[in-house]
Amino acid sequence: MAWKNIWRNRNRTMITMASIYFAVILSVLADSLQDGVFDNLIKNMVSYYTGYVQVHKTGYWDEQVLDNSFESSIRTEAKIISLNETGGLTGRLESFVLASSNDQTKGSLLVGIDPENESKVTNLKTKLHEGDFIKADDQSVLLSEGLAERLNLRLTDTIVLLGQGYHGATAAGKYPVKGILKFGTPAMNDRTVFMPLKASQDLFQAYGMITSYILLVNDTEQLNTISAAVKKSLGSNYEVMTWEEMLPDIKQHIESDSRNMKFIQGILYLLICFGIFGTLLMMLEERKIEMGMLVAIGMKKMQLAILLLLESLFTLLSGCIFGLLTSIPLVYYLKLNPIKLSGDAAEAYQRFGFEPVFPTSSDPEIFLNQALVVLVIGLVLSLYPVYKVIRLDPIKSMKR
Amino acid sequence: MDTVIDAHNISKVYNRNTIPVYAVNNVHLHLNRGEFTALVGPSGSGKTTLLNMIGGLDKPDEGNIFINGQDITALSANELIDFRLRNIGFVFQSFNLIPVLTAKENVEFIMQLQKMDKKDRDERVLQLFQQIEMVDKLDERPSRLSGGQQQRVAVARALATKPQFILADEPTANLDSKSASNLLDIMAKLNKEENITFLFSTHDQRVIDRARRVITLVDGRIINDTAAVSTAHQQA
Ligand SMILES: Nc1ncnc2c1ncn2[C@@H]1O[C@H](COP(=O)(O)OP(=O)(O)O)[C@@H](O)[C@H]1O
Ligand SMILES: [Mg+2]
Repeated sequence: MAWKNIWRNRNRTMITMASIYFAVILSVLADSLQDGVFDNLIKNMVSYYTGYVQVHKTGYWDEQVLDNSFESSIRTEAKIISLNETGGLTGRLESFVLASSNDQTKGSLLVGIDPENESKVTNLKTKLHEGDFIKADDQSVLLSEGLAERLNLRLTDTIVLLGQGYHGATAAGKYPVKGILKFGTPAMNDRTVFMPLKASQDLFQAYGMITSYILLVNDTEQLNTISAAVKKSLGSNYEVMTWEEMLPDIKQHIESDSRNMKFIQGILYLLICFGIFGTLLMMLEERKIEMGMLVAIGMKKMQLAILLLLESLFTLLSGCIFGLLTSIPLVYYLKLNPIKLSGDAAEAYQRFGFEPVFPTSSDPEIFLNQALVVLVIGLVLSLYPVYKVIRLDPIKSMKR
Repeated sequence: MDTVIDAHNISKVYNRNTIPVYAVNNVHLHLNRGEFTALVGPSGSGKTTLLNMIGGLDKPDEGNIFINGQDITALSANELIDFRLRNIGFVFQSFNLIPVLTAKENVEFIMQLQKMDKKDRDERVLQLFQQIEMVDKLDERPSRLSGGQQQRVAVARALATKPQFILADEPTANLDSKSASNLLDIMAKLNKEENITFLFSTHDQRVIDRARRVITLVDGRIINDTAAVSTAHQQA
């Protein structure tokens, strides 16, 4: 009889199913959007410079000087790559220099990069604003836009770099400007100079040395596992740091933001509760007389309660399944075609170096978890009709 | 004669703590198998309350009710549900049928509750629909049946489990006079041919005229019982 109630009372079933259906879609979307936006934020933050994981000589992070550099070796690289097969790896040599043009001097961060590998690991190349990107054997530099302006340098102009080389050597050189990079954050935009790794090693007389390996991790779920494995494999001469350790501010920001999102999600669940409960109340009200009559003619309350539970279960399950079937393509669509901001809001985002897009995350866990949450909410709420049936007085409920 | 209902000194009081209303006041009622009895009285006279107590849906505050010799006032709420299923057929004023089930399924349903097997159920359903003269409406949903037809299906449903008697609280109240008369025809025929015991309440004079025994209730008390007269009538 349960299924007859479900099939033949299509309107009521449809309303209940619809409430479950939209509950699943809503909570999946909310969750996957939250995850997706954070993932994207992290990706934005780490991918234009920091990378997900960095490897340094132990002690470098606290004292970022050339003397804390280490020799890059194919063997070390092979070790790291074998533990992070889907990701990428590039080396950098970083040090502070004085950058001068004819009339101006400014303290800057010189970064020696491996142009080819760098593009695989970070989005540095996409920041190119003018000119061309450097090649491995070039003897030229890329200037950040703010620094170029400050030094009053344009493409093909010459920059003079002066600093301390490896183990006290003097480092000095003249390089033409090959390109201008534009960064969202002032910290990067106002003081960075990039040159090919080899040229920088020559400049600092730090032949074969680098200060860091930058790792791209494709499966961010595996971030901590991979960094731990790399740490273990390289031993105590190296320090292995994740973006969370290197950028604690961002990490904190995400955590507090996700607390806010949890709160919003809580409200969403509350709304879902009310939605489902509302349809249950409606169902009970509509069938009050019928249920009173059934008990009056001799249907045991347990039988009636089981009947209602079966109906709930079927409606819940099918609502969840349909909800999932709809939300999976929806989430994938929004992942491929993320919601984009435009206008002022977009500009504000871009100024801080973020893409103004809100992609969704298609982590299968999200679908399962959210469908389960709705299912459990629904099941718990379905106990209410059972309680009502147990307390049902046929005379009272048959009165209109 | 075979006693089916025996109610002793039963009373039902509402608002005991403020202004007590005796919905049923010290009523004695004795019904034999095969009787066709109307319970009449103005609105608020206690008909529904009395029928509910006899049907085991409500408990009297005083007195005992014996159905087929069993004191039902001593049964628990759960035992009463089972007792109702096995011993009493109910026809209510309205909304007797489950809207999502067909006429046939509505009647079959109560036999399923009694765990009757499919073959017996099918046979019985057919027999019952012949008796209520609705074999052509077996597969209709209640919403496609007229009020009179719905009440006839309710009678079939009440009969399906072969109860001791059928209680009907104002079964014709929502029917036009033709349907009411038709329903009474069916009930009277079942009473006559199958010896089914009916106790029904009404305040419709045309229905009262069809009863063989009329018990009149006013303010919760029986003020008149035509038992003797109707017997005389039958013999005449
Ligand atoms: N649940 C109740 N609470 C209080 N008074 C009630 C209740 N049910 C019935 N009554 C009162 O009992 C009396 C008898 O009612 P009822 O049995 O419904 O009469 P009838 O069916 O003859 O119209 C009426 O005065 C009615 O107001
Ligand atoms: Mg009444």
